Formats: sequence, C-alpha cells, structure tokens
Amino acid sequence: MDQNAAKLIGAGLAAIGAGMAAIGVGNVFGSFLESALRNPGAADGQQGRLFIGFAAAELLGLLSFVVAMILIFVA
Amino acid sequence: MAAEAGKVDPMHQFMIEPLLGTDRWQIAGYNVPFTNSAMWMAIAALALLVFVAGGMKRQLVPGRWQMAVETMTGFIDGMLAANIGPAGKKYVPYIFSLFMFILFANVLGLLPLSLFGLHPFTFTSHFSATGVLSLMAFAIVLVVGFWKHGFHFFSLFIPHGTPLPMIPLIFMIELVSFLVRPFSLGLRLFVAMMAGHVLLEVLSSFVISGFNAGLGIGPVVSVLSFVLMVAICALEILVAGIQAYVFALLTSLYLNDAENLH
Repeated sequence: MDQNAAKLIGAGLAAIGAGMAAIGVGNVFGSFLESALRNPGAADGQQGRLFIGFAAAELLGLLSFVVAMILIFVA
Repeated sequence: MAAEAGKVDPMHQFMIEPLLGTDRWQIAGYNVPFTNSAMWMAIAALALLVFVAGGMKRQLVPGRWQMAVETMTGFIDGMLAANIGPAGKKYVPYIFSLFMFILFANVLGLLPLSLFGLHPFTFTSHFSATGVLSLMAFAIVLVVGFWKHGFHFFSLFIPHGTPLPMIPLIFMIELVSFLVRPFSLGLRLFVAMMAGHVLLEVLSSFVISGFNAGLGIGPVVSVLSFVLMVAICALEILVAGIQAYVFALLTSLYLNDAENLH
C-alpha cells in the first residue's frame, strides 16, 4: 500500500476514538442527569465531579484527534 | 484565506507571524519578534484588566459592571472553597486570573473580526501557550506540596489502606499519573480549541466549494453546511467557557492534593 494512503486510513481510523469518546461524554452527562432528577437537592454539589468526569472522558477523544492530526500533517 | 484553486487550508489560521518585522528584535543573538500570538495575549490581558478595573468601585449597592466582576470572583471563590476548603482562599487571585485569561483568550479568538479585515488569533490553540500555563500550575503544586509537607508529600502516591504487596505497583501508577498531569492539562485546552477552529474552517470550505460547483447538489450542501456552521459556532462559545472552567477546576484539584494530601 502507498504510504500516504496508509497514513490517511490511519487518520480515519482515529475517528473511531473520537466516536467512542462521544459515547463516554454522553454517558457522563446522561448518568448525571438521570441521578440529578432522582435527587435534585444533591445535584448542585456534584457539578465539580461532573466536569472532572467530562474532562477525563473528553481527553481520550481529543488524544485520538491529535493522533489523526499527527498522521496527516506531521508523520 | 481562500488560497489558490478555491482550496481552504484549515491550518493556515494557526500560523504564527511576526508583526513588526523580524530584524530589530534581537536578544542575545536570538530573534524574538512581536508575533500575532503575543499581540492577542496582550489584548486578552488588557481586556481582562479593563473588565476588572471597571468593577473595582466597591459600591455598597453594586452596579451592573461591579456585579459582573463580583459574580466571577464569587464563582472562583466558591469553587476553591468547595475543592480545597479554607486553605484555598489564598489561591483565588491566581485561579481567577488563570480562568479569566483563558476565557477571554478563547472568546476573543471566536470574534468574527474577519468582517473588518482583521485576523483573530486564538493563542490557546497552541501547546506552547497552554503548556506554560499548565507547567505553572504543576510548579505551584510541587512548591506548595514540598513546602508544607516536606518529604511526607510522597505519601500522595500511596493511598491510605493500600495492602503492602500492592504498594510498589500503586506507587508507580500514581507517580506516572501525577507526572502526566501538566501534559494532559495543557493538551486538553489546546486540542479542544484547535479542533473547533479546524472544524469551522473545514465547514466554511464546504460552503465555498459547494457554491463554486454550480447548480445541482452543490448549493444544497453549502446551505446545510452553513446552518451547521452557525450551530457549531454556538457550541464553540460553550466549549470556550467549559474548557476555561475545566482548566481552573483541575488546577484547583491538583492544588488540593498539594494542600491536603489524600
């Protein structure tokens, strides 16, 4: 296979990681909303933890974006 | 921006360019020109200064501007009180400056200034800028941790109640996760900002090349892309706020580790 083609295919495969991170971020906010509606009184106190979970889940998706960018523009 | 043959280069917007020439800016043999990145940092700092100075009137019944500034300081104060406790009070100036600087930088980079022929530059989309901010947070954590706890600071890497055989493994894992923090902190902000701007640029190239394709499916794609672009712009304003908040929140969590250990 042409090396350039392999790079572009790899960058495309990295998009799977972005999609997985989308599932993760959706899961974080979905679970938060679900439990916040069960106990609205405790919801505001947990907003910090909500964003920590969001940041941790999002970072891995952003890493896959970095991998794609490196494959396209650097490697 | 539209380069030759109707192609839009999505990476051109991140180009760092010297503004006032390169020849006169020599320091000890190194060329240190005043770049567009430095200019937008100065603009963000200046805007922040004006914003805060306008709210320093200390009136008993605050006006709108003072209310806005006090809401932001109160927000940071509450975040530090919740995450660090009473010891977090002394970090309010640093975290407030950090949060507002990043927020102003992110939002200023989204301004539609190209309508007036200017080119807004988001310096938070460069790892050199966000990396320094996260290294500063890491340095403060190290200094505070060793100052307050001495070598007892290393107990941060061994949670309470770890079984004895597990201690070497847990120590290594916690050490690596501690050392990777400045990297992941800076990377998150820079990639989130860069991804958004690349996405906007790619969608704008769809709009342009769709209309250039003549009648048929082209204009349909263009209009749909344009609608999506407007929606993504709104999302980007949200992301600008969330990323600034996440940066400040994680910095305060790391400071909590240094202040209170586990």
